[in-house]
Amino acid sequence: MTWSATARGAHQPDNTAFTQQRLPAWQPLLSASIALPLFFCAGLAFIGLGLGLFYSSNGIKELEYDYTGNPGTGNCSVCALADQGRAPPIRCSCAWYFSLPELFPGPVYLYYELTNFYQNNRRYGVSRDDSQLSGLPSALRHPANECAPYQRRATGLPIAPCGAIANSLFNDTFSLWHQRRPGEPYVEVPLERTGIAWWTDCHVKFRNPPLVNGSLALAFRGTAPPPNWHRPVYELSPDPNNTGFINQDFVVWMRTAALPTFRKLYARIRQGNYSAGLPRGAYRVNITYNYPVRAFGGHKRIVFSNISWMGGKNPFLGIAYLVVGSLCILMGFVMLVVYIRYQDQNDEEEDEE
Amino acid sequence: GFDPPHQSDTRTIYIANRFPQNGLYTPQKFIDNRIISSKYTVWNFVPKNLFEQFRRVANFYFLIIFLVQLMIDTPTSPITSGLPLFFVITVTAIKQGYEDWLRHNSDNEVNGAPVYVVRSGGLVKTRSKNIRVGDIVRIAKDEIFPADLVLLSSDRLDGSCHVTTASLDGETNLKTHVAVPETAVLQTVASLDTLIAVIECQQPEADLYRFMGRMIITQQMEEIVRPLGPESLLLRGARLKNTKEIFGVAIYTGMETKMALNYKSKSQKRSAVEILRFISDFLAFLVLYNFIIPISLYVTVEMQKFLGSFFIGWDLDLYHEESDQKAQVNTSDLNEELGQVEYVFTDKTGTLTENEMQFRECSINGIKYQEINGRLVSEGPTPDSSDGNLPYLNSLPHLTTSSSFRTSPESETELIKEHDLFFKAVSLCHTVQISSVQTDGIGDGPWQSNLAPSQLEYYASSPDEKALVEAAARIGIVFIGNSEETMEVKTLGKLERYKLLHILEFDSDRRRMSVIVQAPSGEKFLFAKGAESSILPNCVGGEIEKTRIHVDEFALKGLRTLCMAYKRLTSKEYEAINRRLFEARTALQQREEKLADVFHFIEKDLILLGATAVEDRLQDRVRETIEALRMAGIKVWVLTGDKHETAVSVSLSCGHFHRTMNILELINQKSDSQCAEQLRQLARRIKEDHVIQHGLVVDGTSLSLALREHEKLFMEVCRNCSAVLCCRMAPLQKAKVIRLIKISPEKPITLAVGDGANDVSMIQEAHVGIGIMGKEGRQAARNSDYAIARFKFLSKLLFVHGHFYYIRIATLVQYFFYKNVCFITPQFLYQFYCLFSQQTLYDSVYLTLYNICFTSLPILIYSLLEQHIDPHVLQSKPTLYRDISKNRQLSIKTFLYWTILGFSHAFIFFYGSYFLIGKDISLLGNGQMFGNWTFGTLVFTVMVITVTVKMALETHFWTWINHLVTWGSIIFYFVFSLFYGGILWPFLSSQNMYFVFIQLLSSGSAWFAIILMVVTCLLLDIVKKVFERQLHPTNTEKAQLIKANSSVKCLDSMCCFSEGETACASFGRMLERVVGRCSPTHVSRSWSASDPFYTNDRSILTLSTMDSSTC
Repeated sequence: MTWSATARGAHQPDNTAFTQQRLPAWQPLLSASIALPLFFCAGLAFIGLGLGLFYSSNGIKELEYDYTGNPGTGNCSVCALADQGRAPPIRCSCAWYFSLPELFPGPVYLYYELTNFYQNNRRYGVSRDDSQLSGLPSALRHPANECAPYQRRATGLPIAPCGAIANSLFNDTFSLWHQRRPGEPYVEVPLERTGIAWWTDCHVKFRNPPLVNGSLALAFRGTAPPPNWHRPVYELSPDPNNTGFINQDFVVWMRTAALPTFRKLYARIRQGNYSAGLPRGAYRVNITYNYPVRAFGGHKRIVFSNISWMGGKNPFLGIAYLVVGSLCILMGFVMLVVYIRYQDQNDEEEDEE
Repeated sequence: GFDPPHQSDTRTIYIANRFPQNGLYTPQKFIDNRIISSKYTVWNFVPKNLFEQFRRVANFYFLIIFLVQLMIDTPTSPITSGLPLFFVITVTAIKQGYEDWLRHNSDNEVNGAPVYVVRSGGLVKTRSKNIRVGDIVRIAKDEIFPADLVLLSSDRLDGSCHVTTASLDGETNLKTHVAVPETAVLQTVASLDTLIAVIECQQPEADLYRFMGRMIITQQMEEIVRPLGPESLLLRGARLKNTKEIFGVAIYTGMETKMALNYKSKSQKRSAVEILRFISDFLAFLVLYNFIIPISLYVTVEMQKFLGSFFIGWDLDLYHEESDQKAQVNTSDLNEELGQVEYVFTDKTGTLTENEMQFRECSINGIKYQEINGRLVSEGPTPDSSDGNLPYLNSLPHLTTSSSFRTSPESETELIKEHDLFFKAVSLCHTVQISSVQTDGIGDGPWQSNLAPSQLEYYASSPDEKALVEAAARIGIVFIGNSEETMEVKTLGKLERYKLLHILEFDSDRRRMSVIVQAPSGEKFLFAKGAESSILPNCVGGEIEKTRIHVDEFALKGLRTLCMAYKRLTSKEYEAINRRLFEARTALQQREEKLADVFHFIEKDLILLGATAVEDRLQDRVRETIEALRMAGIKVWVLTGDKHETAVSVSLSCGHFHRTMNILELINQKSDSQCAEQLRQLARRIKEDHVIQHGLVVDGTSLSLALREHEKLFMEVCRNCSAVLCCRMAPLQKAKVIRLIKISPEKPITLAVGDGANDVSMIQEAHVGIGIMGKEGRQAARNSDYAIARFKFLSKLLFVHGHFYYIRIATLVQYFFYKNVCFITPQFLYQFYCLFSQQTLYDSVYLTLYNICFTSLPILIYSLLEQHIDPHVLQSKPTLYRDISKNRQLSIKTFLYWTILGFSHAFIFFYGSYFLIGKDISLLGNGQMFGNWTFGTLVFTVMVITVTVKMALETHFWTWINHLVTWGSIIFYFVFSLFYGGILWPFLSSQNMYFVFIQLLSSGSAWFAIILMVVTCLLLDIVKKVFERQLHPTNTEKAQLIKANSSVKCLDSMCCFSEGETACASFGRMLERVVGRCSPTHVSRSWSASDPFYTNDRSILTLSTMDSSTC
């Protein structure tokens, strides 16, 4: 064939592996002999992993309490009744008492959980202005149209932070009190209210507008808080590094949840005596009941949980690994049986030929 | 259905537009001589092209989607679908515009060709498009007629001329046309100017062989009426041969010429696998699928088709070295149709055959000879064995050595004499016309004695005769020409003039012809030539038995045989013959019977001279190709304009008809009822005899009768015949046959192969039209979808390319469904958890890029490179083609499988992620929470990986490119997401995705979940694949095993560095690697044309055909 390369015609196609569709190629065949060891190996590995994950999840403790206040469910029902009258929520307080027979290992995280709350509704989810939240002064005065109807107050003042998400900010507050021994006074357990939002959110994505004369309040002059808010955004927290748009409660709330039942981190307990967890004893959680949920059939819960490297308590992953692993092994066996039986048959057929 | 609306049934043409003075005429309007094959003009291009494009379901669908997105508030931006649509429309418009521009150019070339027209007493040079009906046109030798003309006069006294209609109907013989005697004398422009005549003829119609009209010539105040028939009509597209010049009057011009009427208008062909038609059925009850047909599917399919079609042109196996022609792809829309062909309609001349007859062997006086390089070599033992093996007569063509021949022994001269007589018979007993090639003005008469045989061009109505006369010329007995009475033969350089006394013409009942000539010596001879069955019984002398054996041997080799015989006539005998012939020829009643009687009387008591064997040279490997097509379950029909006998013999020799086949005939049917009766009879015969294979021969006239009234019956007969041969077909009839098959209830995919202009309409009618780039111009190649140089390339084109393209496109389409079901279903499921508020699960950038970037390349590369079976396994086992017939890969079953797979994967992604989040617990080690975007990104990540790995599972042919795009896509997704989520994008209004992906990856649980979900998704699919291969392997899967132990390892395929080479080679070398030149061991052509084309394992093949027939 060498001579043809020199004597070839002008239109002769190139004799390259690509043009002739002869690129060197690996041509694997998915046969039982390959699949069998694969299945057994994968199955064993999955079962191993599954066991690990399952025990890891089982080691996590959770303690939760529904304080929605449905009639007859504790002292929050008083507040809930008030809420039903559709009156602006008065500063109603209630408490949850519980006792720990043994140490609740730490670090302990305090979550609140809402149910039947659709933060993932599209109209709700778009109702925010990220440039306003990034501290852009122009956006502060001119909130994006997506925020409507929480774009401007009736007076024409721009709302900061604008939008439905901000307007519906969760505003119950909790404080935790510990009684070491019966009869002793309750001591307040310090709740760390920072580090509950993504670092990048409250340090990069959310920024306060530039201070005016060193004052955040002046920076927000000419704006109005959302209608449901009782205080302006710059008064969300007394801590100057945790107020305004970068208030971590606010930032946490602004990360909308995926599902209608969701938890949000409220605080971390890791200071002082409580860094190793909550010691045994009686506890009281004081709840300021502001947030109305019964109107939409929602529930409010308070959750104490500790955390492993893989997050909160969820046996699903471990169980799923175990199931899939066992399925692999099962399939492997079925395949083995079929393989052996049909191998024999094939051999016989070949013999016959 | 071609008849344009005309007011009257006839048209009246005033020659040279000399209208009657009295004004008693109604002027008829005729169109001009412009040929328009282009579709658009500058003005109507934009609207017409847009209209055409939006007539396609796909484009219209996307337009609607785009408009809906523009009008109502939807989660995705209208740009997502608008931009690709705009891109597609623009590219298509540019492509079509360019193609139309080329058509305009070729139209202009044709329309602007110079012609000479007689106007106002002189010869005026004008352009072809300016010819009007009634103009007298002058055509010189070898020119093509620019319009349909009625012959007025030629340079010959009798007003005859010769034309060849090769480009119209594929017949290569010279046809004689004659003028009306009154006009034949008008040989000059001046005399033509005096002609006052009117032609009345029928309105234009497409039938090439039908023409009726009359000419009314006014001479000396007297009107002479002469009938006009097809013999005086010169068709546009035919070529003047052998005649210096002619004058003719244009009667049909431009688009009304028979040639133009025989062209089908060029319409856009659409692939039957056209996905959207298929989809539209589902659309009706699955509104959900609205989302599932993204425009990117359309773009990918178009790209796949466009890029994929290059491989056909690049294929060295489709390259014809002798003619330096590679395969051409004119329409890339139909690549996958090549894998679906059920009927192949092929032209004969030039497609199956080389279009040249070759004299091969002869048997003279009981001795067999073979012609090798222009010399006769005897075969086997000869009477005198002393020098029997030596070639003799080898020196005959050369005068210089002929002296040695004279001194040869006595016995040999005797033999020479026999040869002499035999070849004289060959060169005298024929009806060949001669056309000399003009050599530098020496004159154009065929009478020059110094004319070498190579300079003579023979034209014969039968190519066999031509081959025989040529062979005789090579041997040394050259026929140089004939005039009315004499035939001139040059024997060994010596001119001999024979007086031609009678020709007893060939007819298909007698199956022989003979001539009676008077030799220069005064002796009278009768030479007869014919089929052995008609000559041998009439012979009384010569080596009859030996010759009969030889003839049978020739026939077995597939050669076309003729026997030659002679008889010496005494003057007394001749007188009797002459008298009887004259009586019969002038008889007024029963002339035909009388003539037959006389012929029979004359052609008896012959002395056998020998037999000839002519090879109608089939193209290379035609027999194997047809055999392979049949094994692949494809029905082969031969459609030819040629005569019945020739067609049947070619059919036999190319393996289309077998000798064991029962050949049924439906020919020469004159009436409707007769035809129906014959059809019923054939149907009965087929039913009675269903074990044996049947072949059907139909001719054009019978076919048109059969199609007119008895379509169903005819189709019934055809379907039960394993081979059908249609002869004497007009171009449009060929197209009609194809249309008939196309619209039959099974709606089979048809393919037409042809090489001449006469095949254009059938090429355009068939689903797939293949042009053979042959000798008869490139018209067929231009109008075809694919053009190849040889018929044999069809097998690679169908079995390899067609198969690949079909598998590729089928997988492409289904994978696209699958991946979009995977894509959209979680989105849909999410609606249950967000109050049906149309919240998107994925970020809009992901939504847009999913089909464009993240999952597009692996499937595109797959659809370009995939080879699930080795190409030469495919080619050597045509039965594998049956595995994909009837659109099997796109059947409801496989479609459902892919769809269910998509749904189950989607459920796994979504509910896997859903349960992972559970009651929205934290997945991070620091207790912080994910939001809805992280949830969506988790689903999306699992999806991108799963869908890509699923593609990897489907891929059977892993080149380095596949590795690159598969793993590259996943890596790209991660890199892109990190980048996209790593920055606050200044121009985006929402920063939803900021750090979402990084947060996701920082969660251990998420990693475990991703691995789990990907493995779970693919688990079931792997199980299914393994079980299917183990339990019910298809033929395809069995065939894969053949090559399974061949061995490029995974790593080898990824990098093709040869040993000792550094990675940092220059860029040029890298490019070489890209095209795969790097590794010579892999690149060497593992199989070549010299390989056995079809492997010997016929047993397997026949077994599998039986299998398929039983079930």
